[in-house]
Amino acid sequence: MKRRNFLKACLIGGTTIAMGKTNKGWASGSFEGYPESMGVLVDTTRCIGCRSCEAACNKEQKLPEPDTSFDDKSVFEEPRRPTAKAYTVVNQYEKEKPGGPVYRKVQCNHCNEPACLTSCFVNAYTKTKEGAVIYNSKVCVGCRNCMIACPFNVPGYDYESVTNPVIKKCILCYDTRLKVGKPPACVDICPQEALTFGHRADLIKIAHERIRSNPDRYLDHVYGEKEVGGTSWLYLSGTEFDKIGFDPSLSNDPIISNVKDFLGMVPMVLSIWPALFSGIHLLSKHDSGGEGHDTESKEEEP
Amino acid sequence: MKNMIKHGLAVVDSPYDESGKKRTVVQKLLLGLTPSQYLLQAFRNPFNWILAAIFAVGIPILLGRFVFGLAWATSGSNDYPWGLFLGFGLFAMVPLSSSGFQLGTACEIFGRHDLEPIERLALLNGLLGYFFAVVYLLADLGQPWRLPYPMVVSFGPAAVLFLVAWHVATYLSVQVAEVSTAFFEWIGFPAGKRGVRRITLGLTVSGIILSTLHQGALGALFTYAPGKVHPLWYSSSFQWLHFFVSSLPGGLCMVITVSTIASKFMGWRTDRRFKEALDRCTVTLAKGACMGIATYITIKLIGIAHDNKWSYLDSGWGQWFMLEIIVGFMLPLVLMTYGVHTRKMGVIRLGAFATVFGVVLNRVNTAIITFNWKLPEREIPPWREVVISLTIFAIYIVVYRFILYRLPILYKWRQQEEEVTVTEAVTAPAAGRREASPVAVASYSKMTKLD
Repeated sequence: MKRRNFLKACLIGGTTIAMGKTNKGWASGSFEGYPESMGVLVDTTRCIGCRSCEAACNKEQKLPEPDTSFDDKSVFEEPRRPTAKAYTVVNQYEKEKPGGPVYRKVQCNHCNEPACLTSCFVNAYTKTKEGAVIYNSKVCVGCRNCMIACPFNVPGYDYESVTNPVIKKCILCYDTRLKVGKPPACVDICPQEALTFGHRADLIKIAHERIRSNPDRYLDHVYGEKEVGGTSWLYLSGTEFDKIGFDPSLSNDPIISNVKDFLGMVPMVLSIWPALFSGIHLLSKHDSGGEGHDTESKEEEP
Repeated sequence: MKNMIKHGLAVVDSPYDESGKKRTVVQKLLLGLTPSQYLLQAFRNPFNWILAAIFAVGIPILLGRFVFGLAWATSGSNDYPWGLFLGFGLFAMVPLSSSGFQLGTACEIFGRHDLEPIERLALLNGLLGYFFAVVYLLADLGQPWRLPYPMVVSFGPAAVLFLVAWHVATYLSVQVAEVSTAFFEWIGFPAGKRGVRRITLGLTVSGIILSTLHQGALGALFTYAPGKVHPLWYSSSFQWLHFFVSSLPGGLCMVITVSTIASKFMGWRTDRRFKEALDRCTVTLAKGACMGIATYITIKLIGIAHDNKWSYLDSGWGQWFMLEIIVGFMLPLVLMTYGVHTRKMGVIRLGAFATVFGVVLNRVNTAIITFNWKLPEREIPPWREVVISLTIFAIYIVVYRFILYRLPILYKWRQQEEEVTVTEAVTAPAAGRREASPVAVASYSKMTKLD
């Protein structure tokens, strides 16, 4: 190997190791959310499925007119998911149950360690100190990796747009309300006080207090307190969570912890491979001299 | 072409024609035919008619995707954000293109010069596979003109996809450089070729690094979706290994497949050296592929045992999984091992086809078929998405054939032969030897003779 090649290899190796380091940096440690993080507590036992939160969201975020009006109850026939045209939807579950149907509002849960944020290769997402997960659609390339990564199937993509399709999702009314300390539009309008806005830490206390004082009404679990590292939206329920559209199999570790095994391997490959393979190259060159014991058996693995 | 050669046409394999005149680029492009002869042979080829039919339907739809948007062309599903373009185009094309770095490593790093007749085909296979994976990506991205953003505008270095983007971009340029030697020979620019030969070792080593990482990274992309990929196709600890290791036999078997097709339908373009070496090289590639498959099956089983997922095998998904493993990996392993031992080339090639099928099925399974296994509905790609995928694949075949017809991939460029050997003999050993011990100097003369 020429000295120049060697130096070149060192340089390439060095830069790539540096890149590998940055890769790892974000993935380490456990982050439990900003101390001042706000959140919303959803009491599904109070929700009556009036869909006024959907209407408020539509107006606040200046979303396109829906196909049918927000009074239309026929949308409950099929479970829906948030899309680029509706950042929040209310679904109906347990229709046949004697206690009447159970309603649940779906929107971005604003994770403490968002999977969308960690999967985005242009770093479009930001977790603000107020707890909102917002995004910069000016850099969105449209790879839709965040939609793959989101454990709650939240981000929607406006496939309809030809020239400027981007990811769209609930931003906790960050630009218009949260930034100035106001609750999101959906919370403001809720007639049943099913949604409670406040500091996430306080909401967790309120939730457990409600469970303690009404053990018959609630299951002893606050969904979102620990799931995927904790979310800003928290849920109370009287019905098993898996029956009202929650995924009970989600781990308490943030999604990024699944990726760490790979990210940890990256700097090793970057630093070891060049030396290893250049070394093998030098060794195998000498082999062809034909003076060794094994000149005949050159059956290496290609 | 065959008939024309029978009637005395000389194939272009050197810068000079029979009368000793230098060939122009146009002559080389037309394969030494007159324009009318060229058109005649093109029209006579029935395969061209099939391609023409695909393009007649597919090209307008492909263009339509950019005019009417993704919602018009694809399922536009929020639950299945990655459809055929990525599930097949990107995730399946990339592992089948791992051949470039493997043969590069074998020839340039391990000194397996006996594989050189097929090295260029493997490099080209790698380059085109990656290039068209990117073409599929461009068709799929919402805003393809923003593809350079992760490079220049906004960095998300914590994301696996960031690593994939950088590595695929870098590796693509590495492969262009590796294949450019053939182009420089053909165009008649020996200085360029010498320049590239000099940095071959560096290129090859960076090829190994980049390939290890991004082949694995494509798998690691799915570790972001632990609940969505079916547990049998998912493993937090081993996902990147599964993708990386299965890409090894995938790439080797793709070379066997392509070389089989080329020697069958492009026999006129291969030279004696290639024909004689083909069976021997195929056996070696098959041996390598067998090792890869055996390793893959082992770690796949370890992955299942590690998370104790055996119970999933006893379900519809489990049967589908076993079909993939048995038809796509175990069967080819048996076929190729048998073929290698008995030197039955047909059996080896059949095994290689099955492996290619297995790797593609595995990627499509992970990305589309078993993705969102908990959701009640499966996504069936709409016809426009299928047509566009098919069209891009047809363009891939056309470009592949165009290059194989012309560049010295399957044959050796004559006249420069001597010059080539001299360059290689001087640069390669000298590069390896200069800083080495006196032993190396002693073998220098021997090496030059051997080369």
